[in-house]
Amino acid sequence: MSAIAPRSLVVVSAGLSQPSTTRLLADRLSVAVDQHLRDAGIEPHLEVIELRDHAPDLTNHLLTGFPSPRLKAAIDAVIAADGLIAVTPIFSASYSGLFKLFFDLVERDGLAGKPVLIAATGGTVRHSLALEHALRPLFAYLNAAVVATGVYAATEDWGSGGAADGSLVQRIDRAARELSASMAARESFAPTDPFADPVPFDQLFRPS
Amino acid sequence: MQFGVFSIGDVTTDPTTGRAPSEAERIQAMVTIALKAEEVGLDVFATGEHHNPPFVPSSPTTMLGFIAARTERLILSTATTLITTNDPVKIAEDYAMLQHLAGGRVDLMLGRGNTGPVYPWFGQDIRNGIPLAYENYALLHRLWREDVVDWEGKYRTPLTGFTSTPRPLDGVPPFVWHGSIRSPEIAEQAAYYGEGFFHNNIFWPKDHVQRMVELYRRRFDHYGHGPADQAIVGLGGQVFMRTKSQDAVREFRPYFDHAPVYGGGPSLEEYMAQTPLTVGSPQQVIDRTLTFREIVGDYQRQLFLLDHAGLPLETVLEQLDILGELIVPVLRREFAANRPANVPEAPLHPRVQAAQAARAAKTVAG
Repeated sequence: MSAIAPRSLVVVSAGLSQPSTTRLLADRLSVAVDQHLRDAGIEPHLEVIELRDHAPDLTNHLLTGFPSPRLKAAIDAVIAADGLIAVTPIFSASYSGLFKLFFDLVERDGLAGKPVLIAATGGTVRHSLALEHALRPLFAYLNAAVVATGVYAATEDWGSGGAADGSLVQRIDRAARELSASMAARESFAPTDPFADPVPFDQLFRPS
Repeated sequence: MQFGVFSIGDVTTDPTTGRAPSEAERIQAMVTIALKAEEVGLDVFATGEHHNPPFVPSSPTTMLGFIAARTERLILSTATTLITTNDPVKIAEDYAMLQHLAGGRVDLMLGRGNTGPVYPWFGQDIRNGIPLAYENYALLHRLWREDVVDWEGKYRTPLTGFTSTPRPLDGVPPFVWHGSIRSPEIAEQAAYYGEGFFHNNIFWPKDHVQRMVELYRRRFDHYGHGPADQAIVGLGGQVFMRTKSQDAVREFRPYFDHAPVYGGGPSLEEYMAQTPLTVGSPQQVIDRTLTFREIVGDYQRQLFLLDHAGLPLETVLEQLDILGELIVPVLRREFAANRPANVPEAPLHPRVQAAQAARAAKTVAG
C-alpha cells in the first residue's frame, strides 16, 4: 500500500467567529476525507487555511496586484492540492465576500480539474440551495471537478443526531467518500512551473 | 552601469494641497526632470506611453526629440513602448528618426500596456497580448535589419518590398529592452533575441523578480548569446529621500496613502518590506539598492521612479539633486567594485560609446 503516492488535501474555511461553525463543518469533512483516503491506502497531507487570518492581505493583494508572502503560500497550497474542501458561511443568499475574494485571487487555471468538495453553513435550512446556485457555478467556472454531494449545515443540523436518513453525519460521509474517490482516481498532482519549464520561443511563435 | 529615471507621466492631485498640475504643466515638468537628470549626472531618462487620462505622454518620440535637442549625453528611452497596439512599422520609423536626431542616444523598452481598452481603441484584442508582442516585434526586428522587407502576419496588412525609413543611424538599430512584470513569455522573448530584459520590480516582491530574471538569464545562455551572467538586465526602483529618514517618511506618507497604485492597501511600512520602495535617508537608499545585485546578479541599468503620486516638481527636482549628488556616485563605485570583468555594460550606439570614451579621455587628460 505504501507504493501509492500521498495526496495533499487543503481545506479553505471562510468562518469568521472563533470558534466558528464553518470551521467545525470543515473539520468534520476533513476528518472524514482523511479516513476514506487512509482506508484506500493513501497517506493524506492535510493543510487548513483560515481565510480570516489572511483578510487584510487579501484586500492588499486586490489593490496592489501581488500577495504577501504568507498569502502566496496559502494560494500556492490550494493550487498544488490534490483535493480541496471549500467551506463558507452563507451571507445574503451566497458565499461570503471573504470567500469570493480568496478565489478571485487564485489564478484562472489554478483549480482546473481539481476535485473539490463544496460546503456551507447557515442559520436556517432555507438557505441550503445557495450551495447549488452560488458555490457550484463558481467552481464550475473555474473548471474544478466538484463532487456531486455538497454539504450544507444549518444550526439545527448540529442537534439532529446521526441515525436519521440524510442526517448531517451521513451527508458528510457521502461527500467525503466522493471526494476521496475522486482524489484517488487522479494522479498525484504537481502544478507546472512556467519558470522551471518555459515554453520555448519557437513553440510560442514561428517568425514568417 | 547606467542610472536614470523613468516617468509614468501621471497627472495626480497633490494630496497635501489638493492641487493637480495642468497637462501643460505636467508635460513641461517631465521635460524639466529629464534636463535635470542630465545636469545631475544621470545616464537615462525614460518616458511611459499612455493613451488615456490621467496620463500625458501619448507621443513619446515627440517628447524625447525635444529633450534630445536640449541635452548632450542623456540616453533617451521609454518605459514602455506599446508593442501590442502600435504599428511596428511606425515604431521602426519613429525611433529610427529619433535615433538620427539624438545622435544615437536612443533605446527603447517594449511592453504590452496595462489599460485594457487601449487594445480595442487601436483595433486589437487584449486576448492576443502575447501573440501581438511576438509578431509585432518580429516585424520591427526585421525592419531595422533588412533594407527591403516582405512580410505577412496575422495582425497587420502584409508588406511587399517595404523599406522603413530612415534606416537606423549607421545601420545600428536602437537597443531593445523587453519589459514584463509577470509574463515568463516575455523573458523568453528577450532571451531568444539576446536583447535586454527589464523588470519593473517596483510593485513586486523580490522572489518574483528573482525568478523572472533567473529565467531570462538561463534562456539567454540556452539560445547561445553567451553565459547567463552576460545577459543584459535592468531594474526599476522607487525612492524618497531626506537627510533624516523620519523626515522622509513623514513627508512621503500622504503621497503613499493616496497614490492611485497602492493607496488604501498596505501600510507604507508593509509596502517597503515587501517591495523595493525605499523611503528614508540617502544611506538607506544606497544600502537597499545595493541589495538588488544580490537578487538578480550584476546588472546593467537601474531606473528610479521619482515623479508620481502628485509629488510637486520642486520636490522631485530636490530628489534628483540628492540622487545625483549622494546616491549615484556611491552606487557607481560600489557596483563597480567586485563586478566580474566579463559582465558587459548595456549596449550603446557606437557614436555614443565614442563620445563617452572621448569625454573620459578628456577628464583624465584635464
